[in-house]
Amino acid sequence: MTRTQELLLALLGAVLLLALAWAVPWLRFVLTVALAKSLAVFGILLLLRAGQVSFGHALYLALAAYTAAFTAMLIPEALILLPVAAIASALVGLVVGLFVVRYREIFFGMLNLALSMVFYSLLEKFYSITHGTDGMRLPPLRFAGIPLEGEFQGWVLLILAVVLALGFGALVRIYLASPMGQALAGIKTRETRLEFLGVPARRVLLAAYVLAALMAGCGGAVLAMTTRLVTPALAYWTASGELVFIAILGGAGSVFGPVIGAVAFELTRVYAAALVADAWQLILGSVLLLVILFAPGGLWGMGKALLSRRKIA
Amino acid sequence: MSALLSARGLKLAFGGLKAADGIDLDVMDGEFLAIIGPNGAGKTTFINMTTGYLKPQAGSIEFDGKPILGMSPRKIVALGIGRSFQLPQLFTEHTVLENAALAVAARSGIWSPFAPLMRPSIRQEAEALLDRFGLSPVADRRADALNEGARKLADIAMAVALRPRLLLMDEPTSGVAAADKMAVVETLVRVLRESRVTAVFVEHDMEVVARFADRVAVWGQGRIMALGDPQTVLNDPQVRRDVIGELPQEALHAPT
Repeated sequence: MTRTQELLLALLGAVLLLALAWAVPWLRFVLTVALAKSLAVFGILLLLRAGQVSFGHALYLALAAYTAAFTAMLIPEALILLPVAAIASALVGLVVGLFVVRYREIFFGMLNLALSMVFYSLLEKFYSITHGTDGMRLPPLRFAGIPLEGEFQGWVLLILAVVLALGFGALVRIYLASPMGQALAGIKTRETRLEFLGVPARRVLLAAYVLAALMAGCGGAVLAMTTRLVTPALAYWTASGELVFIAILGGAGSVFGPVIGAVAFELTRVYAAALVADAWQLILGSVLLLVILFAPGGLWGMGKALLSRRKIA
Repeated sequence: MSALLSARGLKLAFGGLKAADGIDLDVMDGEFLAIIGPNGAGKTTFINMTTGYLKPQAGSIEFDGKPILGMSPRKIVALGIGRSFQLPQLFTEHTVLENAALAVAARSGIWSPFAPLMRPSIRQEAEALLDRFGLSPVADRRADALNEGARKLADIAMAVALRPRLLLMDEPTSGVAAADKMAVVETLVRVLRESRVTAVFVEHDMEVVARFADRVAVWGQGRIMALGDPQTVLNDPQVRRDVIGELPQEALHAPT
């Protein structure tokens, strides 16, 4: 697939999503949440490129969501909340990253999990500050000074999420093709060689980790502004598992994977929950099992295979 | 000729095993020095100490007059000491060209996350590098789909991409099919001579040593047992018996 084709496909996808949100108004919220999560899944994709799986990435989503909630009490302006939350998340990512990039594989995954659970406990225990499991409500917000209300709020946040997904999708695509991104893939196959090329492997991983935290931070801010309620559940380990789930569902081979995975995940959840209220997790689990067994490239890989087969025929 | 690398009194023991027991060695600028010796003699340990991977318990190593002991492998690489491995260390999911390009990018220190690795300047240099090693026909193949000879050359090419002044090669011909061996070594020697790289290589094939080494150092139990030109060293009866494993002449002619 050429670069132009990918760009067209991304724009087509964006238009489709917006059309879907226009046709089915209540999906606007679902799609915005899906896109917000896909921003965090871009980070999972980066780390997977280095052969590392973080089981605690929701930490950054939650951290940014709470940062947005606290900041909103002072300045309820979306255009301020987004960068503040993203930068806070990236800074914590830098500090945590300095520590976790020394570890690989199961140790990397579990350390991230542990740290996210520590954050979860803090949110839960410090009731006087965070209201514990009750969570925090965000006040009514503004976008560039215009109050966000009703339908307008839905559209603004969805379009913001679409723009962020397109932007970060392009950034990740460029990053992965750069020497930094290619060295990242080298960590997976031959880290010793990187060192003997004079390349500090840990710093290569750290850069990706901070970028992953930054993207999850943007996702967390959008999530908080969309739901207007943040709870410790955002940082719970199942939330991190969900991000890894989406990455595998969508396919880790392309930047389209996280977005396709997140949209498919949220839509399946909504419809499956409506159809079989008690069994929607069973349906999601079965879908993931089928994907792992029969389509290791995820939904994106499946779609691509179908497209190329049609071209040959 | 002056010494590019000087090791003095290197000692390192793993438990009771003396991997280095007082190694003194000067590697002259521009020479090809072969290291031979039985397994476990400490040949790879010497390479590991010189590249900063292992720290000797005593002794010193100077490169170009500068002490390098205690430096990290990355610092030592930056000074101009390259290394290739007995088991080629390639990025197996990348193509050969991408492997070479990463090495070129690593040397030029361009770590911009926005420009592609395969930009024209890097691609051209990587292609030229592979061409010199005769690897152009396999440039687009994945590194894990190569035969051993090509993998060894690709491994060395990545070290050469860094433009080292000294290259340490651990068994560059081990695992290479006998029919390919001389071709691999000839390519290697030609490129290294062109690039004026001083080379130290561990080798088990005495034909390779005799043809390509300027000097030979014989390792045994962490010591250098003999050092000199290949003619003299390889014809030394004790070396022939202990290292090359040749039976004494009488044994060959003994009546059966």
